[in-house]
Amino acid sequence: MQGFSGNASDLVPVLQRTQAVLGCLSPDAVRRVARWLKLSEADVFGVATFYAQFRFSPPGRHRLRVCLGTACHVKGGVQMLETIERRLGAGAGETTPDGEYDVERVACLGCCALAPVVTLDDDVYGQMSVLKLQELLEEHGRRGSGSGAAEPT
Amino acid sequence: MATIASGVEEALARARDPAAYVCDDQSAEVRVCGGSACHSSGRMAVVAAFAEVLARRKLTGTVRLVETGCHGFCEQGPIVTLWPGGTFYPKVRPEDVEQIVEASVVNGGAYEKRLYRDPVSKERIAYEKDIPFYREQGRQVLALNGRIDPYSIDDYLARGGYSALAKVLSDNAPEAVIDTVERAGLRGRGGAGFTTGTKWRFARRAPDDVKYVICNADEGDPGAFMDRSVLEGNPHSVVEGLIIAAFAIAGGEAEVHGYIYVRAEYQFAVERLHHALAQARERGLLGDDILGSGFAFDIHVSQGAGAFVCGEETALMASIEGRRGMPRTRPPYPAMSGLFGRPTNINNVETYANVPWIVLRGAAAFAERGTEKSKGTKIFSLTGKVANGGLVEVPMGATLRHVIFDIGGGMPAGRTFKAVQLGGPSGGCLPASLLDQPIDYESLVAAGAMMGSGGMVVVDDSTCMVDFARFFLQFTAEESCGKCVPCRVGIGQLVEILDAICTGHGELADLDRLERLARIVKASSLCGLGQTAPNPVLSALAYFRDEFVEHIVQRRCRAVVCRDLVVYRIVPDKCTGCRRCVQVCPTGAITGPRAEVHNLDPSKCIKCRSCYEACRFDAIAGDAIVIESMGERNA
Repeated sequence: MQGFSGNASDLVPVLQRTQAVLGCLSPDAVRRVARWLKLSEADVFGVATFYAQFRFSPPGRHRLRVCLGTACHVKGGVQMLETIERRLGAGAGETTPDGEYDVERVACLGCCALAPVVTLDDDVYGQMSVLKLQELLEEHGRRGSGSGAAEPT
Repeated sequence: MATIASGVEEALARARDPAAYVCDDQSAEVRVCGGSACHSSGRMAVVAAFAEVLARRKLTGTVRLVETGCHGFCEQGPIVTLWPGGTFYPKVRPEDVEQIVEASVVNGGAYEKRLYRDPVSKERIAYEKDIPFYREQGRQVLALNGRIDPYSIDDYLARGGYSALAKVLSDNAPEAVIDTVERAGLRGRGGAGFTTGTKWRFARRAPDDVKYVICNADEGDPGAFMDRSVLEGNPHSVVEGLIIAAFAIAGGEAEVHGYIYVRAEYQFAVERLHHALAQARERGLLGDDILGSGFAFDIHVSQGAGAFVCGEETALMASIEGRRGMPRTRPPYPAMSGLFGRPTNINNVETYANVPWIVLRGAAAFAERGTEKSKGTKIFSLTGKVANGGLVEVPMGATLRHVIFDIGGGMPAGRTFKAVQLGGPSGGCLPASLLDQPIDYESLVAAGAMMGSGGMVVVDDSTCMVDFARFFLQFTAEESCGKCVPCRVGIGQLVEILDAICTGHGELADLDRLERLARIVKASSLCGLGQTAPNPVLSALAYFRDEFVEHIVQRRCRAVVCRDLVVYRIVPDKCTGCRRCVQVCPTGAITGPRAEVHNLDPSKCIKCRSCYEACRFDAIAGDAIVIESMGERNA
């Protein structure tokens, strides 16, 4: 925990660093952060649960994000999310039962010109459709943890 | 005084690296846009291709390859401009690079085939400055975006960067800086539009020996990305503005510290900001003795953790302090008691980026543009159903029509303008009849929308206004922090009523309920989030009431968006029996042998759209599957 003063005002950055290292905030990690910053565990949980960034269960192997910003909403982003839910059995904020994918919904990825947008790990797939998305998931599932399927835009 | 003054100027001269490349528009440069949209459309491969071609042709030493910030014409990415001259290439693919270098670098002309083609005149346009999208803008804050390397402080210095700071420090008159900013008429670009100079004065007059200045870069509105583009494209302009503000508020009187609160999702922006701050420290532009003037100031970057409400100033400060990002009542205003209980000034990214311009060119020059009460320019992110989306900076008072049609190129072929949504989830939808509305703070509020942070989403007749209003309210309902009842419960109730209308369970009395509840939430919520959240539904009711009535009375959604009010149907005359839809249907709702008209069982159909897409893109028939409004069929 280098670079932190140990003050209560460091809580959010400390939690960000903890999650970056551990992948999530386990009960043990929360306990230790609380002790170090001289806060109660309830205080730490209270702050951590307030912010969307923090998670309390281990992340899936891949991160699937569906943009539901205004432009993507107008161009059918909801249908992208439903397609994923139907095929993978996990909705927004959930991890697939096999631990393969985290499904997330984001408010705006800032590339509205490419709407609707889905990202898989670091690759951005723009101008998606239900069929293109199904193809992407199928390809990616087949290749396992290999590289992305269809050409990212 | 004179010695301080000459000392500061000399220090600034020393801050420039004499060996550094001089960034002007005269030398040979290839500028590849490094903005997020261009990145998403594949600029990395384009940069690599240029590097390879330039090296192979032994041009690396004579032509500078630079990744700039956002050019703003995001619809056309990845964008490359070649200098001198500014030859503009949109949608560049790696395989075009060889010809572009051949035509534009070696022969000094243009590779005709890949030049921008104007959607209106159908003509090819070679230079950036001649393209209507750029020609019709008045770029002041964005002037250097796309022109300089955001990683190079020398690029910024070569363009006169930090000379506003040097001027302020050598004049050593903080009150005069506040006067200038106040006389310029600069108002907060984050949405509320409070006069910046006045805000600074409050913070200066607040007696305390420690003060804070904060830059709010928690741009959370879906569809708004101008702050990110400024941070990514020209981070030093924000840093310079923030240092000037710190000096104006605390110079000579109090200790002052700075924070930039930026969304963690903006990775490029965070990275470039950290880099810019490190460079500024190295060159003596931040630290204990800025440019030898004795003024001490440094900036800390705080990363938001994903909470829309943290864009509200008191919530933002709670978040920096390590607490839940919940707003509190004002007064006391941050200028009196803000971060850690000290006098604090908060402005948004675009506001700070305007400051160096004002200091250098004077209040009068700034006030020349704009309307009586709204001065200067404003950046909008223009998206949705518009031919040329992107970042648009225009003088205040420009009309919506000018922005959407002259700059944005109007609607894509075959589309009809229906509305423009302004100001994000706190804003409203304005219909075609208000297209000649000038854009300034007061007129927009009077029309039921607001400036907000500057999101501008154009929609056509394929957007249902009831669903659109519900979309924004769902967003604010989820982002409500839950502290005050009107926002936490009220917005949820509004969503429930809108849900009922969208699913065909609404009744006419719901319209009055919506209006009444919306006004209560507006009037009684604690912070800006709740006070503005009902705007989308109120403006939709004001301008598109007939669509609400249609949903309720006829159970008809004319835009065929509301799922419970539409049916999928196969047009027998058009169906060729290609079985493509049968293959893609996830529920087996479509059946039929090859070469015979297929049958769609509505009771099994989940309206997932797969067959509709398959019919349009893969099938022989093309448009045999249609989505219709139920009301339409009954009628």
